This record gives sequence, structure tokens and C-alpha cells, in this order.
Amino acid sequence: MNTLRATTFLIAATLAAPLAAQQSGGRLDIVVQPEPPGLMMGLVQNGPTQLVAGDIYESLLRYNSDLEPQPSLAESWEISDDGLTYTFHLHDGVKWHDGEPFTADDVVFSADVFLRETHARLRASLAYVESITAPDDTTVVFQLKEPFGPFINAFETGTMPIVPKHIYEGTDYATNEMNATPIGTGPFKFDEWVKGSYIHLVKNEDYYLDGKPYLDEVYYRVIPDAAARAVAFETGEVDVLPGGSVENWDVPRLTEMEGVCSTGAGWEFFAPLSWMWMNNREGPTSDVRFRQAVMYAMDRDFVKDVVWNGFGKVATGPVASSTNYYSDAVTQYDHNPDKAKELLAEMGYGGEAVRILPLPYGETWQRWAEAVRQNLSEVGINAEIDSTDVAGWNEKTSQWDYDLAFTYLYQYGDPALGVSRNYVASQISKGSPWNNVEGYENPELDAKWTAAAGMVSAEDRAAAYAEIQKEIVDDVPVAWLQELEFPTIYRCNVKDLVTTAIGINDGPRDAWVEE
Amino acid sequence: MSIVTVILSRAFKAFVTLLAIAVLNFCLLHAAPGDPAVVLAGEAGAADEQMIEQLRERFGLDQPFHVQLGKYVGSVLTLDLGYSFRQGAPVAQLIAERLPATLLLTLTAFVISLVLGIAFGVAASARVGKASDSLLTTLALLFYATPLYWAALMAVLIFSVWLGWLPGFGYETVGAGYTGLARAFDIAKHLVLPALTLGLFFMAVYMRMTRASMLEVSQLDFVKTAKAKGLSGPAIRRRHILRNAILPVVTLAGLQAGQLVGGAVLTETVFAWPGIGRLMFESLAARDYNTILGVFLVSAAMVILFNIVTDIVYRLVDPRIGAKA
Repeated sequence: MNTLRATTFLIAATLAAPLAAQQSGGRLDIVVQPEPPGLMMGLVQNGPTQLVAGDIYESLLRYNSDLEPQPSLAESWEISDDGLTYTFHLHDGVKWHDGEPFTADDVVFSADVFLRETHARLRASLAYVESITAPDDTTVVFQLKEPFGPFINAFETGTMPIVPKHIYEGTDYATNEMNATPIGTGPFKFDEWVKGSYIHLVKNEDYYLDGKPYLDEVYYRVIPDAAARAVAFETGEVDVLPGGSVENWDVPRLTEMEGVCSTGAGWEFFAPLSWMWMNNREGPTSDVRFRQAVMYAMDRDFVKDVVWNGFGKVATGPVASSTNYYSDAVTQYDHNPDKAKELLAEMGYGGEAVRILPLPYGETWQRWAEAVRQNLSEVGINAEIDSTDVAGWNEKTSQWDYDLAFTYLYQYGDPALGVSRNYVASQISKGSPWNNVEGYENPELDAKWTAAAGMVSAEDRAAAYAEIQKEIVDDVPVAWLQELEFPTIYRCNVKDLVTTAIGINDGPRDAWVEE
Repeated sequence: MSIVTVILSRAFKAFVTLLAIAVLNFCLLHAAPGDPAVVLAGEAGAADEQMIEQLRERFGLDQPFHVQLGKYVGSVLTLDLGYSFRQGAPVAQLIAERLPATLLLTLTAFVISLVLGIAFGVAASARVGKASDSLLTTLALLFYATPLYWAALMAVLIFSVWLGWLPGFGYETVGAGYTGLARAFDIAKHLVLPALTLGLFFMAVYMRMTRASMLEVSQLDFVKTAKAKGLSGPAIRRRHILRNAILPVVTLAGLQAGQLVGGAVLTETVFAWPGIGRLMFESLAARDYNTILGVFLVSAAMVILFNIVTDIVYRLVDPRIGAKA
């Protein structure tokens, strides 16, 4: 039973509280980029939506930077020894923003009915679930069909946002009028959304944690131009620039300003890892020697230092170092053009052209593609850049129309949630840009991925994933590039903004402003 | 032809043109690579076939092309712009939300550029060859040649970051709770930089056009007659030269007026102005078909409308045009 672990966290949380003298009041202006398409988190789970709606909706758990579960809507929880029964004890007296009581029925409805229909990523985890029941108003039991190691990581807000049953039951979720005025249990309530300008959230006075939240209101500001966002921070219009909201070369200038702090923390759960998909089906990229040559040809340290201004970490393989079960006991691909040329000569590469598809997310990615093209030309690979916009990129990758394609993906804390989907053959399916797009097929490894996901003990899983990482790094199904770091830039008088593994997405609950 | 028949015949042609534009827009958009369902799914960071299928069904993309086109034309004929599934709101409502901000910006820029452009043009032509003429002409050339995007950034850098005189972006002070006059003043302060930036180019064009046209007309015989009658210089310039010189400016003003709805994408982006140009640009990136088509249609309607208005203004300024036709 894991009760002991949960209780320890409760005690730790209680002890930590009186140490800092939090002040109530004040407002925070945070940049949101781009403007979210909607704020109903059960329907939309992209980054900007979660940034804003993460203050409105909650899930059962939060995670600290070591990815250990922390209480949220659930006060405590137990996992049975066979890893099949997850029991959550919910907070008493929690209310929805419209005043209705929140109960275990809402959790059952959200997970078993609503999100099963709308949430592709959660649906994959729910496949392991036999039943979700509410024995009483404050208890929820998830009964699994077979053990699923990463299941405890599925209770993050973006993965399992709890939505109000009394509003959504029996309606067409996508067109429910209440989507425009979202109702959650979170520390902030939706007030107003002026499209193209800002989203205004106000303090939830009835929040179930005493004294929280400290802030009176939060404004999410929509500023479409990256240079204007930097100016907005410089002139004091906004207090917080979430990771990735200004171009990398503006970061040093802004962080050197007086009274400005920055942190790379708050991305441990997502652990964005970037790589280039290499089309394993056809062309030179279908030869493992060519793929290894690409790895040796690239000067990834240069890119990290110059293109990313030193932020981030060169990737060693498919698992990011902050994700559970990471192992660095793998073949290291350092910058070695000679080795790359040898491999190319050995396979008899005849100078066939390969197209590089950059990620259309701004200047940084364009420059990165140019750096890689340069590296590849240096070892004699005939590479050209094939640029497009976001919709075009989605189309080309999901229709497998590329040779090398930049991307980055979140890992959600566990290899079984955010890593294996890119490498197992069962995830080869045209039409989605987020599965095994490279077309890598290795039945032996597929079996190992499946086995590792179903193991109960953490030691067994660690050993299994270490083995998988060692083998797959030699096969190079994709060219791993870098663990991305998106620093959050904020005024130093904003305290406790980044305290969890998803950082600013659920930061305003604990944040306060020092006068 | 009387003005009424002109308007009626133009309105019929406008209707046919608009319908053709609607069909063409629809075909072009669907020919562009990219699928809104995949974009939406892509943003979620995860997708399975079920999700893509659901989305395509909701967007109506699972139906054959001609059925989709037929439905679209049908809804345009009933003045129904459709529903944006991405934003979860009717397109007409999205456009209506954004239209006031855009019109405020573009109309202000329009008035500024027209009034200042003509005034400077008249002033320069009256002082032709002198230092003040050279100064005005040089400035106009500079404004004419400066890329809008760069001018916008420089304006923000100088007036907002360095001098701190004016807000650099946004429509109003967020969360200040101003009402009435205080709010109007606040919005006006936010309006200065984007409106000036947007107006600079056309101001330069109007100025050069007015100056050249004034100089040309002032050589004509009837001006000599007016002088011989003993009229004063300013009176001749205002009542005889300007009125005859203004026609090319009206033509250009008609062109600028046609862009009142869709022509401020860059300015709106740099200054975070919550207008319709940004709505169009962002919808295009997301392949939010209904919204883009809606904005395109409204913009096209504006262009056609202002062409008609220009024609009418010609007749008012120069009655000979109606008589000849």
C-alpha cells in the first residue's frame, strides 16, 4: 500500500506552509501565445489552453519536479500490491464554480464517459481500465484489467481534467454553450474573454484550500508578435513570459534586466524532446547506416549553444533525462564527420537528395534546420530544406511525405505514456502526426515495450527500459536532437510561481506577489 | 443614366461577382494542403483515428467536395456564414466581435492619410521648388519606401520603449476599468501608433499624387482665366485647381477604402490590435475554413461596395462623368 507515501507528502505540505509569509492580493499578467482555440479542457488539450484552463480545471493529482504524485482533488490514495486497484479519497466540501457540490460521481463521469469520448491520449491509458466506480461521495476506485505501471501518472490536469457532470451529462459536448464559460473546481474562475486581447480569471473565494489562492486575479494577454511580447515584458505590461513566448535571442537581454528572474524548471512532466523523423520506409533514410551517419554528422552541442542560447541538453536517446526510467548506458553519438563519411561510403550512398522539413514554429526552428543542413552537406549528404506552414507540416508528416522532419513531443513522465507510441509498430497509422511516423518496425522491441508497461515493480521496469534504450539507440529509428528547455521569465517579486512538474500551467494556485 | 439606375446595375453585377468570389475562395482553400482536423488533433499532442474521424465528421469534411461546395454556396445565399468549430462560435459573431476594432483603426488611418496627404500635397504644390517643398517630398518618399513592419517596430521602440509616451500595443489598458470619456481617451492613446503607422504609406501616396495633379492642372487655361478675373491665389487653388486635381486621389482613396476590413494584418499583429486581419491570419494557419471564408467574403463585399461608392463620388466631384455616360 502506498498510503504511507501519500501521508508523508501531506505532512511535508503542511510543514512547508508557515515558512514563507505569503501575501494575499495583487494581479498577475501572463502572456499566452498563441490564443487558445477554447478553454474547455476536456475538449482541447493544447499548450495555450492548458496554460489558462489549468487554473480553472483540476485533476486528482499534481506532480512535483521529481514526478512524485501530490494531492490535488484527491487528498490521499492507495495502490493495491498487485497494481490493479487505485483508490482515491477526495477532498471534502469542494464546490464547482457555479456552487454545485463536487462529488466522486463527477470523477466517474469525467473519466469513464466524457474523456473516453473526447481525449485521445487518455483513451490509450483507459484501455487498461476495467471499471471506475464511486463507492461513496468522496471515494473513487479505478479497477485495472492488468497492471499498467505508468497509470499513477495519468491524473495530471491535462491528462484527466475533471469536468462537471451536472453541466455535460447527456449533452453534445462539443457544442455545449457552457464551453464558452468554463466551470471547474480550480483556484480561479473564468470571468471574461475578449477575443484577440485577453482572458480574465478571478480568485475562487470558495476554494477548498485555506487562504489559497493568494492572487486576486490573473490576466492572460494575447500578443501575437514575438518582438512585441518582449517589449510588453520590458515595459512592465506583463509579469510573466511562459517558456517559448519570446525568441531565444531575446532571452539573455530580458533576463539581464533588473528584478527579472528566470527558471528552466516546470517542464519535467512534459519533458519535451526533439528529434528528426527519418523515413524508415524508403530512400537513403531506410538504411540504418545512413541514419547513424546523420547522428554522427550533426554538431548538436553547437546547436544547443548557438541556436538555443545554451538552454537544454543534448539528447542521448528516446527517453528524456527527467522522465522516469531514463538510462544513459547507450551508444553515444558525438560529432564525428569522419565516422559519418565512413558509414556513407560503406552503404554506397550515391548523393540522392534528402528533404529536411523544419518545424514551422518560428525563427529558432528555421535556423536549426539550416544548421543541420550545413552539417549534413559537410559529410556529403545532399540535403535541401522544404519549408511549409503548420497545417502543411501536419499534412506532410502524417502522410509520410518527407525524408527528415523536425518535431518535438511531450513524454508525460513515463516511457509507456509518451515514448513507446513513437516506436512500436502498432502505432503506425497514416493521418496522425504524433505516432510512429518514421515507420520503424522491430517486433522484438515491441514485445519488450509491452512487457515493461505492464510490470508492477519500479526496479523491474527500470531494468526493462534500460535494455530497450540500449537496443533502440543503435537502430536510430529517428535522429534524437535535444531535450528542450523553455525558460520561464518573470519578475522576481512573483514568488512560488513554478512549484510543480508542469510549472506555470498550475502555478497561479500557489503564486503570490511580494509588495 | 441616373444615379439610381447606376446603383442598381452595379449592385446586380456586385452580387454575381461576390458569388463567383465565394466559389473561387472555397475551391482555392480546399486545394491548399492541410486538414483542419489534423491541425486540431496535432495541437492536442496526441491523436488516434477515432479522434480524426470525429473531427472530420463534425467539420463536414467526410462528405464529397461538390456536396461541401453546394452547402457552402447555399449558406452564403442565405447570408449564413456558418460555424467555427475550432473556436466554438458562429462565424458572424466572431467577425462582429473583431470588426469594430479594425474599422476604428483603418478608418482613423484612412482619414489621417487622406486629410494630411491632400493638405501636404496642396502645400507642396504651392511652394514648388522651394526648400519646404523638397522637405515634404523627401519625407513622402521615405514613408512611401519604408516597409510597414519595420516602421511599426521602430515606432514602438522610440515612442513606447525609449520615450514611454504612448502604449506600444493593445486596444486599451487591460483591467483598468475605465468607462465613458476616460475609456475613449485610453483607446485613443492606444490608437495613435498603429493608426499613424498604417496611414503613413497612403499619406505619402496621396501627397505625391495631389502635388503632381495640382501642378498639372494649374497650367491649364481656365486657371489663367481665373487669375485674369483677379481671384486670389488660395481661392483659385481651392475652388478651381484642387477640385479638378482631386479625381486621381479619389480613385486611390477608393482602393484604400476597399482594404478597410482586410488590409491591416501586419499592423494588427505588431500592435496586438484585436482586429479582423489577425482573425483571418490565425484562421488561415489553423485551416479554420468557415472563418476564413467568412472574412474573405466580408472583405470582398467591402471592396465591391467601395468601388461603387467611388463611382458615385466621381459623379459628385465631377458632374461631367454622369452626363457623358
